[in-house]
Amino acid sequence: MQFDWAAVAAGAVILLGVCLVLIRAYRGPTSYDRILSANAIGTKTVIFIALLGFMTRRPEFLDIALLYGLLNFITTIAILKFIEYKRLG
Amino acid sequence: MARRVSLLIALFAFWAMLSGQLDITVFGQAFLTVCGVISCLFVVWIASRMGIIDMEGHPVHLALRAIAYVPWLFWQIVLSNFDVAMRVWHPSRPIAPRIIRVPNTTRSDLATVIYANSITLTPGTVTIGVDSATNELIVHALTKETADAVLTGDMERRVKRLEGVA
Amino acid sequence: MNAMDIAVGIFLALGCFFALTGAVGIVRMPDFFSRLHPAGKNDTLAVTSIMIALLIRTVEYDYHWTVATKLLLIVGIIFVTAPAASHAISKAAFLDGLKPWTKPGDTEASNE
Repeated sequence: MQFDWAAVAAGAVILLGVCLVLIRAYRGPTSYDRILSANAIGTKTVIFIALLGFMTRRPEFLDIALLYGLLNFITTIAILKFIEYKRLG
Repeated sequence: MARRVSLLIALFAFWAMLSGQLDITVFGQAFLTVCGVISCLFVVWIASRMGIIDMEGHPVHLALRAIAYVPWLFWQIVLSNFDVAMRVWHPSRPIAPRIIRVPNTTRSDLATVIYANSITLTPGTVTIGVDSATNELIVHALTKETADAVLTGDMERRVKRLEGVA
Repeated sequence: MNAMDIAVGIFLALGCFFALTGAVGIVRMPDFFSRLHPAGKNDTLAVTSIMIALLIRTVEYDYHWTVATKLLLIVGIIFVTAPAASHAISKAAFLDGLKPWTKPGDTEASNE
């Protein structure tokens, strides 16, 4: 197995970014800050999954990244709707 | 009808981009291609039953003029990123946030959405909402300069050109 | 080490810089509304620039062409959904009555 070390380094920086955003998710203070953090972490996860595919030379991971990007958006909207109307129906 | 055909072509192009199984001399790939075409036809049928293939649901009439608009927007996004990055890393955090109201004279709802999303993507401004009573956009600006830049209406002119009004 | 590797390195570094800027901005900015700016914008360019780097890698490693189109689709999806998501969050917060932070002494900003 040959690793793509440039992608590994980039992935490490993205994970550092996720850790920083987690600080904001923990501190709040409002629930909207936390949703924003969740959304930002989701975007960084899309980047990380794409990089993961290139790290191990398996670009099939891009399908997962694509789906994660769509799910991230739907999740954000669903949580907001739940907060606003207290139900999802 | 023309809009339905163009939606079918767009859906099939999307399918082809995701699967890439287009070598119809191989039996397996030919089978998958036929399945893809059937799926696209099914989606077009459902969408026309729902009545969502219109100016908003499939805005193909904007495609040609969008070729001029999208590169300009992308350049604005690059500029805005460097501007925001500078303000994030600057030790004294040089921001002066404010909420402003921007008059909106675009005609269709679709153009309003494009205008609002473009404002969100460009330097130091985020669209919060649309006040439909006074037809204004509520915009949060990071600094006074970026607020003034939106109020000059340069982007609105470009969106209206995209819409085909001006 | 060839020209392609150098281009990949530059775009990856640029993308990581913007992703990190977005994260730092979310931590450092004083209130919710100003946090929207780094979250909504820097992530968009971070995705774009990292996908450009991976696009060059796709050419270099001679992957199937659907890999390239999927990278472009990811960029397209982020470009459409990122402003829509940040608009949805900010609208919910605005309707909830969250007051934006203004710079102390900035009288013009607090008129609204």
